[in-house]
Amino acid sequence: MVDMFPVLRVLGMLVMIFASTLLLPMGVSWWTRDGIWFVYLMSMGATVSVGAWLWWSFRVFRRELQPRHGVMLVSLVWLLLPLSAALPLMLAGHYLGRPMTFTHAYFEAVSGLTTTGSTVMSGLDALPMSVNMWRTFLQWVGGMGILILAVAVLPLLGVGGSQLFKAEAAGPVKDAKLTPRMTGTAKGLWGVYAVFSLACTAAYWAGGMSLPDAVMHMFTTVSLGGLSPYDASFGEFQSPLLEAIAVAFMLVASCNFALYFVALRKGDWRGFWRDPELRATLGALIGGGAVVSLLLWAKGVYAPLDALRHGMFNTISLASTTGYATVDYLAWPVFAPVLMLLLSGVATSAGSTGCGIKMVRMLILVKQARREMTRLVHPRAVQPVRLGDAVVDNRVIFSVLAFMLVYGATIIGLSMVLLLTDLDPVTAFSVVLASVNCAGPGLGSVGPASNYAVLTDFQLWICTLAMLLGRLEILSFLAILTPAFWRR
Amino acid sequence: MKIIILGAGRVGQSVADSLVSERNDITVIDTDAARLRDLESRFDLRGVVGSGIEPTVLAEAGAHDTDLLIACAAQDETNLVCCKIAQLMFNIPTRIARVRSTGFKDEARLVGPEGFAVDRIICPEESLTRYIGKLIDYPEAMQVREFAGGRACLVSVRARQGAPMVSHTIAELRESTPDVAMRLVAIYRRFSDEPDRFVACSGETRIEPGDEVFVLAAQENIAHVLSTLHRRDARAAPPVRRIMIAGGGHVGLRLAHQLGLQAGRFHVKIIEEDPQRCVELASQLPPDVMVLQGDTTDEDLLGDEGVEELDLFLALTDDDEDNIMSSLLAKRMGATRVLALINRRSYADLMHGTEIDIALSPAQAMLGELLAYVRQGDVQAVHSLRRGVAEALEIVVRGDRKSSRVVGRKVSELPLPRDVHIGLIVRGLPDAQSSGAVDANDADAAAPQPEVIIPRSSTVLESNDHVVFFLPHKRLVREVEKLFRVSATFF
Repeated sequence: MVDMFPVLRVLGMLVMIFASTLLLPMGVSWWTRDGIWFVYLMSMGATVSVGAWLWWSFRVFRRELQPRHGVMLVSLVWLLLPLSAALPLMLAGHYLGRPMTFTHAYFEAVSGLTTTGSTVMSGLDALPMSVNMWRTFLQWVGGMGILILAVAVLPLLGVGGSQLFKAEAAGPVKDAKLTPRMTGTAKGLWGVYAVFSLACTAAYWAGGMSLPDAVMHMFTTVSLGGLSPYDASFGEFQSPLLEAIAVAFMLVASCNFALYFVALRKGDWRGFWRDPELRATLGALIGGGAVVSLLLWAKGVYAPLDALRHGMFNTISLASTTGYATVDYLAWPVFAPVLMLLLSGVATSAGSTGCGIKMVRMLILVKQARREMTRLVHPRAVQPVRLGDAVVDNRVIFSVLAFMLVYGATIIGLSMVLLLTDLDPVTAFSVVLASVNCAGPGLGSVGPASNYAVLTDFQLWICTLAMLLGRLEILSFLAILTPAFWRR
Repeated sequence: MKIIILGAGRVGQSVADSLVSERNDITVIDTDAARLRDLESRFDLRGVVGSGIEPTVLAEAGAHDTDLLIACAAQDETNLVCCKIAQLMFNIPTRIARVRSTGFKDEARLVGPEGFAVDRIICPEESLTRYIGKLIDYPEAMQVREFAGGRACLVSVRARQGAPMVSHTIAELRESTPDVAMRLVAIYRRFSDEPDRFVACSGETRIEPGDEVFVLAAQENIAHVLSTLHRRDARAAPPVRRIMIAGGGHVGLRLAHQLGLQAGRFHVKIIEEDPQRCVELASQLPPDVMVLQGDTTDEDLLGDEGVEELDLFLALTDDDEDNIMSSLLAKRMGATRVLALINRRSYADLMHGTEIDIALSPAQAMLGELLAYVRQGDVQAVHSLRRGVAEALEIVVRGDRKSSRVVGRKVSELPLPRDVHIGLIVRGLPDAQSSGAVDANDADAAAPQPEVIIPRSSTVLESNDHVVFFLPHKRLVREVEKLFRVSATFF
């Protein structure tokens, strides 16, 4: 246990940094004069004091972080920060006369930070803007990764920085440093993220949103989160132009940010377009949208143009794990929503702001399967799995296989637990899938037209666990539970 | 000519072997004293022990008055540095380096006088790969040698019973196809109790089944020539599609890569024994090339991978015995044609006329490029044939009627040695000497299209004609060179 103390020191620093993000809703609150600015100040005060206490108590335990420290820290951060994020929600609810239970607040905070975008709150339109700003801002912070942000702004972490980076970054291949120093890589990724954010805000604003709406929707678009300050989600605007802008930025955010970084720095976009994962990602998202649009048109649900608009927007939104909705797609032929939910598991790239299995793992698995088929005919063939020009190490393939197993086991296990609580199977299964993939709306009673408030507290805790597991790619979270992790 | 050869490896030895017989003073530098002693005992040359990048060692080897440096040590960097030192300190006029790395070939600044000062980069693996590529293009040929930038070729082919041109005399042949630019230059006839014997070609010579026939022809006629000598139905051979390469060394990798890039045309499999190397191969080669791990002489593996359906089996390992065995095995199991790489001359002679269709010496393909530098006169290309006994030679005619003994003369007037005939004349090629390094396309646009002429006794030679000879014996080379030399005394 003692050797985990350096983790607590860094955790204290991170908590204090996170407290500073509360300045944004506080500013908004002060600016809109909604009278609850002190809520954010209180939360900030509480967060900073916890962080300072941790940092002060463990300040003597200075040492380089090891891989196990990275895993530990990542889990602690993702358990602790939602507490701090839930605090203003609870306090605001209390002062606005709409009390919120701790379960609901924590669920909402986790849903925000993991960029899931499912909500238990209703009457969003009536909430003060500062609350909605806080909810959506959480998604933006969580999108690129809290720890990666910390690595970017805290160069003092040294080698430990790369341990944190590896523990949080998504995807099977994590040692691809883009710059000689980890701090530079983290800064580059956040820089690209910031540039897209600015572009997205400008596009929404020019497309007809008010500036606060544009900022809030940008927060949840580029992070592939999907929370909306409106009950009607994106359907509030009824604007094909804004939907097209959203689709464009969801596609952009579904691709690996490292690719943008490399292409921008080199000024050469050829390698970018040649990347197999990028092609597969765009192909899956756009292809999925096209299939659903065709289906809607063929079944006579919409006129051709409407079919294209609704099919593309809703499919890409759910498949990219964003989760905006413009219509109640549960009324569509059942093939469409199921396809959209299944796509959400695979259709985003590693290194993007999306969650789920990640396209690169799917590509590796497909190639591995093809290799096994060749081996049946040519037992002596040597055929390394290749992605583009690079050979995928066998170790990576095994880790992908292990990930797939744990992913499947997690989904089935959590679904079974939900079934124990007498939830109907479609809802149970889709809720877990949507939470592990950080997508948001599911099927059945948690579709786009309703929200997660229908679930009981216990079911919500299961969903919270599923979201955390999904965001941290399951393995690093589960590693803490193994005896080997604690054995010295 | 005084020549320094750096490196007494396989390449260095075969270079020394082919140059030493031509009255050249050869010094070989190597760090391995035992190997040099062995070389000195076999050939008439001097060995100097030491590193080729030491100026003192080069000086001891007589670099001050050397005409040609051939750096063919195992490491690229040794060869490059050696050339630079030769230029800076000893002013050796011609410097040739063996460089495996592909990055240098197109970088004029790197190899130019300001860079590593290499006049010519040779890469034996590259030459061999290109040469095998030619053999794949013309599946019936046993050898394909290019002249005049590929416009004319010397091909050798085994005459086969029943093919249209076989069992006819050369005169009959000439009458039947008067407009085809081709000439039979030599026949090697097989006898049961002795090695193949050279048969001079005149009008009365009859082509017999089993003869190895050497034909000079314009490039567009090669396919026709090959099919009339080798195929019963006289139609062009079906193109090679299924290829198996045994051995994933440098040559195997290069060849598989080159073939793999034309994915639609070839179906390539490559066998390599070392599992580690297999992974390397599979990572570097295009995905369509199938890499198989196993012993190249494993008949079960060959059988499983469909050796009986192969159009071509290439045994390209470093081991002569393995190559011979695996190609014999493949042939026995039904491969249409087999080719084996054989380093040792005695083995190559042994294998001649057996079931191995083509026995290739790795040095053969590269030597031609070197020999052109050693020859006097304006020799464009030299190809060593029949294990270095015979030679094919492309000489450019220089000078005018006064300074040259050949310009303006009829072919019948030339005092050529017996058994030597002018094979082909390529006229109208851009003059490399006067125009310098003009881009080939520019030159083509300015000059008339070059033509390939079959010389008659009345044909008159002109300046800048490229004349291609077949010389059945190497000793004839000097006489021919002397004849074509521009003589200063005539001025």
